[in-house]
Amino acid sequence: MNITLTINSKAYEADFSPNETLLKTLRKLGFHGVKFGDEAGLSGADTVLLDGKPINAGSMLTAQAEGHKIVTIEGLGEHPEQGWKKTDGLHALQQAFIETGAVQCGYCTPGQVLASQTLLEQNPNPSEDEVREAISGVLCRCTGYVKPVQAVLRAAAQLRGEGFDPIGGAGLFDWPVENPSTPLGGEPLSNSPSIATQVAPKIIVAPETKKWKTVGKPEIKVDAIKLVQGKPAFAADIEKRGMLIAKVLHSPHAHARIKNIDTSKAKAIPGVVAVLTWKDIPRVVYSTAGQSDPIPGPLDTFSLDNKVRFVGDRVAFVAAETVEIADMALSKIEVEYEALSAILDSEDAMKPDAIQIHDEPEYVNFADSDPSRNLAAEIRIDIGDVEKGFAEADRIFEGDYVVPKVQQAHIEPHVCVTYWDEDDRLVMRTSTQVPFHVRRMLAPVLDLPVKRIRVIKPRIGGGFGGKQEVLMEDVPAHLTIATGRPVIYEYTREEEFIAARSRHPMKVHMKTGVKKDGTITANEMVVLADTGANGAHALTVTGNTGHKSMALYVGDGKYRKSPNIRFYADVVYTNTPPSGAFRGYGVPQGFWPLDRHLEKITREMGFDPIEFRLKNAIRPGEYHPFSKAWNEGREPRPEIVHTVGLEQCVQQAKAAIGWDQKFNNEDWRNGPTPADNGQGPELGKASSAVQRPSPLRKGIGLATVMQGTAIPYLDMGGASIKMNDDGSFNLLVGATDLGTGSDTVLAQMAAEVLGVPLEDLICYSSDTDFTPFDKGAYASSTTYISGTAVVHAAEKVADRIKVRAAKMLGDIDSQEIELRDRKAYGPDGKFITLSEVAMDSLHRNDQEQIMAVASYVSPVSPPPFGAQFAEVTVDIETGQVTVDHLVMAVDSGVIINPLTASGQIEGGMTQALGYAVCEEMRYNEKGEALERDLDRYHIFRADEMPELTTIFVETFEPSHPFGVKAVAEIPMDGVAPAVGNAVRDAIGIDIDEIPITPEKVWQALKQGL
Amino acid sequence: MIKTYSISTTINEKEYKSEVESRLLLSDFLRHELGLTGTHVGCEHGVCGACTILVNGESMRSCLMFAVQADGLEITTVEALGKDKDDLHPLQQSFWEAHGLQCGFCTPGILMTLIPFLRENPDPTEKEIRAAISGNLCRCTGYQHIVDAVLLAAEKMK
Repeated sequence: MNITLTINSKAYEADFSPNETLLKTLRKLGFHGVKFGDEAGLSGADTVLLDGKPINAGSMLTAQAEGHKIVTIEGLGEHPEQGWKKTDGLHALQQAFIETGAVQCGYCTPGQVLASQTLLEQNPNPSEDEVREAISGVLCRCTGYVKPVQAVLRAAAQLRGEGFDPIGGAGLFDWPVENPSTPLGGEPLSNSPSIATQVAPKIIVAPETKKWKTVGKPEIKVDAIKLVQGKPAFAADIEKRGMLIAKVLHSPHAHARIKNIDTSKAKAIPGVVAVLTWKDIPRVVYSTAGQSDPIPGPLDTFSLDNKVRFVGDRVAFVAAETVEIADMALSKIEVEYEALSAILDSEDAMKPDAIQIHDEPEYVNFADSDPSRNLAAEIRIDIGDVEKGFAEADRIFEGDYVVPKVQQAHIEPHVCVTYWDEDDRLVMRTSTQVPFHVRRMLAPVLDLPVKRIRVIKPRIGGGFGGKQEVLMEDVPAHLTIATGRPVIYEYTREEEFIAARSRHPMKVHMKTGVKKDGTITANEMVVLADTGANGAHALTVTGNTGHKSMALYVGDGKYRKSPNIRFYADVVYTNTPPSGAFRGYGVPQGFWPLDRHLEKITREMGFDPIEFRLKNAIRPGEYHPFSKAWNEGREPRPEIVHTVGLEQCVQQAKAAIGWDQKFNNEDWRNGPTPADNGQGPELGKASSAVQRPSPLRKGIGLATVMQGTAIPYLDMGGASIKMNDDGSFNLLVGATDLGTGSDTVLAQMAAEVLGVPLEDLICYSSDTDFTPFDKGAYASSTTYISGTAVVHAAEKVADRIKVRAAKMLGDIDSQEIELRDRKAYGPDGKFITLSEVAMDSLHRNDQEQIMAVASYVSPVSPPPFGAQFAEVTVDIETGQVTVDHLVMAVDSGVIINPLTASGQIEGGMTQALGYAVCEEMRYNEKGEALERDLDRYHIFRADEMPELTTIFVETFEPSHPFGVKAVAEIPMDGVAPAVGNAVRDAIGIDIDEIPITPEKVWQALKQGL
Repeated sequence: MIKTYSISTTINEKEYKSEVESRLLLSDFLRHELGLTGTHVGCEHGVCGACTILVNGESMRSCLMFAVQADGLEITTVEALGKDKDDLHPLQQSFWEAHGLQCGFCTPGILMTLIPFLRENPDPTEKEIRAAISGNLCRCTGYQHIVDAVLLAAEKMK
C-alpha cells in the first residue's frame, strides 16, 4: 500500500503492508525516536502525537494514520549548536528534562516529552497530580518519576514566563550536623514562589569536597541532549541493507527431550532464509552469566540443545525477510517432544526421586555444584561459633520468610544486531551491560577467535542486571554466520517474561539469639534459592544474600570483635525460567527476612527499633565479618570497613519522615475519621448519617541496609584519555553506561583532574575495538573502579600537560603547575591555556600525542549504608496497602553528581516498591508463566507513586581518589522490609512473604480477628 | 511520473526482476538498487575502468551501459569472486600476496578486467598484462605490483 503521511508538518510517501503498525512505518522512515517497549501499548515507549493527542504507534495501523497530523520527538527542538546554522535549540520541555536529570536511560523520554507537550498545550499551569496523570501512560523503570514530573512543572513555568530555581545549591549542609528534629518531608527545598524544584537531594557534604568545581555538581548528563531528541542511539536504531529478522521457537514444555525436529516445511516458505536446530550448530557448553574469568558458576547452557528445561526454553532459530514470515516459519516447525516430569517447586528439587534436570555429559561443575542432586551451588559459611552464641542468648527467635521471582522489566527489551563487517569480522551491536564479557564468552560458542568479534554497546534502555547476561546475542550471531546477512533479534515483551532472567526467589529460615539488653549473640540464615533451569549467577547472587545482609549486624560488646554468623544456602535447579542478576544481586532477598525478623524481635522484646539496629550494626574500623570467610568461591581476603555513615543516615531520614511525631502515636495511626476526611473512602460519604470509624490505619517503619562496592581482586575497569587541538579530551571507557549516568560521572572526575569544564570531555562507551577493557556495569562498581581508572589516566595526562606547560612558562617546576579553568597556572599566577599546550604538543615543538591509559582493580569493597523509612496506609477492610512516603538516607561516600545519584535512589526505591507490594512472576502447574505482559506484571506508573525523598550523608571513603562508594544497588534493599515493618506498625500483623498484596493482608487480618 | 521498464537480469548467478528508469546507469543500478557497492564509479564516462564488470562473461564498463540494456543479460561483479578472506579467488589471493593494491578503489575493476583476460591468455607476458589493464587507471601503485600479482595469479591458476 502507498499513502502519504504528514509527519512533523512534512509529507512522506510511505510504502507499507496493510498489517503494518505506525511504529514500524515511522521507524522505517527514520524516526527512531519512536521506541518499541511492548506489543500492547502498555509501556508507552511508542508514544507519538496524532492530531495533538498522545497515541501508541505500536497499536495503530499505518493505514489509520492517513490524513492525520503525526508529531514525533524529532519534530520538537534540535541541538542548539549546529555550526553556522542558527537553530531555535531544544524545546522548553526537552531543556527541562536534561537540566533536572529526568533523562536516565532515555528510552521512555521521547514518549514522556510528547505526552507532556499535549498536557501543556491544554493546560499551561498543571498541578503535580495533573502532570503525573498526563505521563502515566509512559512507563519508566529508571527514574521513579520524581525528575520527569519536576521537569514538566519547570518547563510549564518557563513557558508561562515565570521564574524557577537554578538546579542545585539548595539542600547542601555541612558536617557535623546536629540531629535534625523537624520533618523535612514535603517541605520545598527552595523559596521560589512559582515552583519548588525538588530534583536536587539534600546532601550532608564531606568537607574534603569543598574545593572541587565539577565533582559534586549537578552537571547535565553528557548523553542527555541526544536522548531527549530521540536520536538513533540505541541498538535497534540502525538500518542495514538486507537485514533479516530473527525469531526463536520457544518450548511449550517445562521439561522434555526433543525426539525429532522437522524444519522442511518452515524452510520451504518463501522469505525464510535459515532455520537452525541443535543439529545445525556446534554443541558448546557455556554459562550466560556475564562475569570475569573464570565464571564462578557451572557451565550448563547450550545455544540450542536436544532437551528443553522450561516453558520458553529455545528449540529453534529462524531468520526471515519479515517478522510475519519468521512467525509463520516458527508455526511450521514440527517438533516431537518426549515430555519429562518437571520440578516446579524448589522444595522438590533435591528430593531423592527427583528427576535430574542437567544430565548432559558436558556439564562443568563449579565449587560444590552437583547436577545429580539438582544442586547448582551450595554455600556453607560459619563465622565465629554460632551454637555457642545461641547458648549465650536470653531469647532465641526463629521465623520463615519468602521472597518472589521478579523481573527487571527494562523498557528497552533485549536487542542485538549482528553482521559481518567488510573485514569479515562479526559485529554485534547489542543492548548489554557487559560488552567485553559478551565477546570473550561467545567466541567459543560461535567457533570464532575473540579477535574476529567486535561488540558495540550503544546507549542502553535500562538493564538492572537483566543485561549482565549474555542472554541472546548468540541467536542473531549464529544466524548471521548461517546466512552471511545482517540479522536483528529483538525480544518481544512476552519473551522478556518467559525467556529472560529474573531475581532468584528464595525461602529463608532465620534464627537469632538476643540478650535482654538487645545484644545479638548469634544470627543464622538458611536459604533455599531457586535458580531455575540454569545456574548462571546461582552461587554469587545467593552468596551475596548472606554476605551483604548478614554482615550488617555483628552484635555488640565482645561480639563486635568476634561475631557469630551462619549463612547456609542450597541453590537448586527447577524447570522454570532461569534466575539471574537483578539490581541488588541477592541482597534484597536477604534484607526482607533479616530486617523483618529483627523488627519482630524489637516488638517482642520491647526494644526501640532504631536503637536495636544501631546497637548491633557494624561500625567504622571493624572487619567486614564475611571478608574472612567467603569471596564468591575464591580465597577470602580480610577487609576493614572504614566509613560507616549509618547513624547519621538514620538521624536524617528519621527527621525527614517525622518519625518522632508518628511512631507510637495512636492518633496518627488511626488517622482522621471519614467524616472529616475529604479524601477518605467513598463509603464514608455514602453513609454519612452513620458515623463509623475509618478503616484506614497509618504505619511507619524502617530498615537499615548495606551493600558492597565492586568485587575486590577481580573486576577491572579501564579508561584512556587523549588530548585534542582545542584542549578538549576524548575519554574512552569500557565501562557501560546503561542509563545510570556513568559516562557523566566518569567524565566529571576526569574534568576535575584536568581542570576543564565537563563539556570539554567527549566520553564514549563502549566498543571492544576502541575502548579499554572494563568488566562492565554490575556489582555497583563503575564510579568506584572505572572511576579510579579514569582518575589515574587523567592524572597521567595532567602530568604531561604540566611538564609541557612548565617548559612553556619558562622552566618552572612542573609540580608547581595547577590546572584549572582550561589553563595551566604557574606559582606566580602566569598561565598558558590548555589549547596552547595542545597545539604546541601536536604541531610545534618536540611533538607528542598527550594521551594515557589506566586500569584499576580494587583490593577492597567498601560498603555503602542506608536508612530506609516508609510510611503506609492500610485499609483494614480490603487489605490494600498504600505506601505514602519513602525516605532513604544513604552513605554512598562522596556524591559525584547529585542528580544522577538521586536518580539512582529514586528509581531503585521504585523498583523495590514493586518488589514490596505488587511484582511477582508466577507459574501454573504446567510451568507456564502467568505474567507475560506489563498489564499482569504491574510496574509503578507516575500517578501511583508515593512521595520519594532522598538524602545523602557523605563520608569520604579513603580507598577512592574522590572518596566515593556505590549508589546503584542499595536502594533495592530496604523498601520491602521498611514497608513490611510499617504494615506491622499500622495493623499489628506480620506479613512474612512479599509482595504484600491486598489478599495476603486481608487474609492475615481475617485470621487475626 | 517517469516511465519505468521491467528488466530481468542474472547477477552473480541470482535472478533479479526490477523496475528501472530509462536513464539509470547500470553502475548506479548495481550500487544503489542492489547494494553491490564493490563496483566503483570513478569518472562516469568510461575512462577510469573502476566500474568494470562482466556482461555475459566479457569485461564491460558499467557506467557506459544503461540498466535497461542489461535486460536478459548475465552480469558478474567483484562480489562473486570470493566470499571471505578464507575463500578468495586465486587472482584476489595474488593481489593480496603481491601487494597488488594500495587504496583498493580501482582493484575490483582491474580484477574484472583480468578474469576474461587470464581465461583467454593463461600464460601472459608482462607486456600483455600491461596492455590488458591499460583501460584501468591506478593513481597509487605505479602498476608494478599489479603486474607482479597477475603473473603470480597466472602461476597459481595453472
